[in-house]
Amino acid sequence: MRDTPHQMPEEESPDAIIARVIAAEQAKSQLRLLTCGSVDDGKSTLLGRTLYDADCVYEDQLARLFNESRGRVPEGDLDFALLLDGLMSEREQGITIDVAWRFFETDKRKFVVADCPGHEQYTRNMATGASQADAALLLIDARKGVLTQTRRHAHILALMGIRHVAVAVNKMDLVGFDRTAFERHAAEIADLAEALGFTDAVAIPVSALKGDNVLTRSAAMPWFDGPTIIEWLESVDVAAAVVRGPFRMPVQWVSRAGQDFRGYCGRIVRGRVRPGDELMVTRSGARAVVARIMPEYDLGQAVAGQSVTLVLDRDVDVSRGDVLAAADRPPVIADQFQAHLLSLGEAPMIPGRQYLMRLGTDEVPVSITALKHRIDIDTRAHLAARQLAMNELAVVNLAADRPVAFDPYAENRDMGGFVLVDRITHATVGAGMIDFALRRAGNIPWQAFDTAPDARAAAQGQRPAILWFTGLSGAGKSTIANIVDRKLMATGFHPFVLDGDNVRHGLNRDLGFTEADRVENIRRMAEVAKLMADAGLVVLVCAISPYARDRALAREIAGSHPFYEIFVDAPLTVAEARDPKGLYAKARAGKIANVPGIDVPYEAPEAPELRLTSHDAPAEALADRVLHLLQLGRTLKVTDN
Amino acid sequence: MTVIEAPSRVDERFSHIRRLEAESIAIIREVAACFQRPVLLYSIGKDSSVLLHLAQKAFVPAPLWFPVLHVDTGWKFREMIAHRDSTAARLGFELLVHTNEEAARAGITPFTASSAVYNHAMKTEGLKQAMARWGFDAAIGGARRDEEKSRAKERIFSHRNPAQRWEPKTQRPEFWHAWNTRLAPGESMRVFPLSNWTERDVWDYIWIEGISLVPLYFAKPRLVIRRQDTWIMVDDDRMPLEAGESPEKRSVRFRSIGCYPYTGAIDSTAATLAEILLEMRSTRMSERHGRLIDHDQAGSMERKKQEGYF
Repeated sequence: MRDTPHQMPEEESPDAIIARVIAAEQAKSQLRLLTCGSVDDGKSTLLGRTLYDADCVYEDQLARLFNESRGRVPEGDLDFALLLDGLMSEREQGITIDVAWRFFETDKRKFVVADCPGHEQYTRNMATGASQADAALLLIDARKGVLTQTRRHAHILALMGIRHVAVAVNKMDLVGFDRTAFERHAAEIADLAEALGFTDAVAIPVSALKGDNVLTRSAAMPWFDGPTIIEWLESVDVAAAVVRGPFRMPVQWVSRAGQDFRGYCGRIVRGRVRPGDELMVTRSGARAVVARIMPEYDLGQAVAGQSVTLVLDRDVDVSRGDVLAAADRPPVIADQFQAHLLSLGEAPMIPGRQYLMRLGTDEVPVSITALKHRIDIDTRAHLAARQLAMNELAVVNLAADRPVAFDPYAENRDMGGFVLVDRITHATVGAGMIDFALRRAGNIPWQAFDTAPDARAAAQGQRPAILWFTGLSGAGKSTIANIVDRKLMATGFHPFVLDGDNVRHGLNRDLGFTEADRVENIRRMAEVAKLMADAGLVVLVCAISPYARDRALAREIAGSHPFYEIFVDAPLTVAEARDPKGLYAKARAGKIANVPGIDVPYEAPEAPELRLTSHDAPAEALADRVLHLLQLGRTLKVTDN
Repeated sequence: MTVIEAPSRVDERFSHIRRLEAESIAIIREVAACFQRPVLLYSIGKDSSVLLHLAQKAFVPAPLWFPVLHVDTGWKFREMIAHRDSTAARLGFELLVHTNEEAARAGITPFTASSAVYNHAMKTEGLKQAMARWGFDAAIGGARRDEEKSRAKERIFSHRNPAQRWEPKTQRPEFWHAWNTRLAPGESMRVFPLSNWTERDVWDYIWIEGISLVPLYFAKPRLVIRRQDTWIMVDDDRMPLEAGESPEKRSVRFRSIGCYPYTGAIDSTAATLAEILLEMRSTRMSERHGRLIDHDQAGSMERKKQEGYF
């Protein structure tokens, strides 16, 4: 009992009370927290206990907690894990849950908690949650200490740039609250934290079941003088770090309100900005001074985390994908860089294949130019690899179609973290973190020559073009291309047949027939075709090219040259009966592998410029259809004007 | 009881509510920038009102440049429709209203169909029809992750196939703020800028920003009847009264709003926003308190803990 009753102002109006209450709410900052560890470590119990102690459990959940705890835990205890269930049944239904979000608050802070279920997709899920988190709470079992799994979790946290980590050494009640056991684990955790570069790492002995050192200090462990879980969560300082450092704002949207107003909208991801600051526009390098910030806040400046609209003092070319940056400390601008890449998709990621990169608000095609090594997530060992399966992590070199602005991920997560999107399915297939630029843009500029492509084409009397024949081995690609070649020659054009088999004797003799090698094979053939088209030729490419993505890449590489995808379509039975190179016989006999149509797929084009069914018409007639596609050569003729 | 102290000098720009606001505005701007034909779904309730306010803020000083869609079941409270129309007139946005006329003609009403059939026809199908009618490729909605367990795992950008179905297998992992907004032809996106807000955040924000709400949230004498342990408002003469039912005037308010035959009111005299917020906070506490003392187990657990360790 209190000696004196709590003093309340006598006639305080509802408005005054609520104004006071909400002012207190507004003074609370937010922490986004990732929890990791398996159910066996008591993660759900700890999280449930935290929600319960913080008085953030809804009525229906509370009723269930009391009713269903009986028989699950010793009489008198509550099974706090009940507050967090619901994921299991969904998992059984095959629904992918990468992160489940929880909310709770204390008198000082509000928490948004990313809770990742631990199962086979764990790496991907934890990385997803960590990308949204300011800090992490990692659980270990006091009886077991630091396990391989603990190292894996810590490694993913470090990789994702989490610097603030509390390790809850749970189930201290089951080791008799033994100080020596805890200190042994704590020493191991300190070593791990140092190796992984956590700036703020603390080990806390807890019993989630009994509540020791969660919200209330443990009476059973008076020897521990560090923070409780809640004390630590309330004191982690994450705002200061993003406000320090050079100003960055990726432009999301250009606001045009009326004729005179141009505002650049975006969320500030680093630093602060005031009217009068000089900024650089990353794509053009143009500079301008901030004239106005909207909305207008106290002190006249805006800081990291805020969504604002900036008005500049002069007309400069700014569009979505640009970054407005501190002019004296601009970001790196480069088209080649090294990154850590986590593979998320069902299909393996392969060097040479093109993806769409989403970095900040910029979107640009990129391809993996080198897979330097894979990293074992448990041991951090470097392994050789030619492709990257789902949930695998690697260090890669990437080349973008044009320069992009970034900061290394270690310095700025929003400026250095990107996702890769599959160009056909639009699925998110990779998440990457840029380490550093390999080559600053402009170091190897394009050499400009005096003879323009138009002049070269005029000298040849034709417009260059690329005719890309795709289809199964034995479908008739080379036969048809050969006739087209002959007929074009006969009418005064300059064609050339680039045949896949022939190219493999020279330029591509280092390549085999795995998916990764096929990607590189097609990339090289497409580049050579482009050079030949640049030289003014009509290029007829014959290549099985079984993957739709690679043909799409070939089309991209062709650039402004007309590109005709010609699908020579023959049923496998027909192609196999022809078997001009004996491939199918060898494949059926088990002597060779990776034969499209037999043991690897052939992805038929969905919308080719021309589809030829080679089994029900003579090759001459099919060749005529190709010529007809070119309007009997008219598209190839240079018109006089 | 917790003593609420005056706030310290924490910079308001770093506050919890401003971080949520900034994130929501960024999401709304992303929709504007990345989709051909976005729309904001407006249900006239408090979450929608917050969403609309954020959308306005996202584009100031330009007006909200994408339309606002209300899927009207035909059974909304009259005060909702009045509030909707006055809000549209005041803020000057393009308001689109769609009703599943086919279902209405087929005689589906709250009084003739089961709630599952009625809700599917008037709400789910109504929305799908509207999406197709205007060719929207992104719809911004006010759902929150704290609403229920199944929402806790929802993405901010939730992908829908050409049949507008949610396919668990194709939901995309979301990293940082690098949202994947790509769509194949016919696909669409549902976008939830309030994902990380809690119900309390929504109410606090309404207070802080002075957002106007439909008057149904505030207590006043209304004509009601007692059904299934709640007060149902007799909003118009389409409401069939059963034998022995006679409407009475009581001071009530609504905690959530929707179709009037399905929406229960509570007894209350809280007629201002401050009074509602006070009532909500105290109600929750006393309900909690009551439940806790019912369960002597809780007390014994605390006792055992004390006994064991002291």
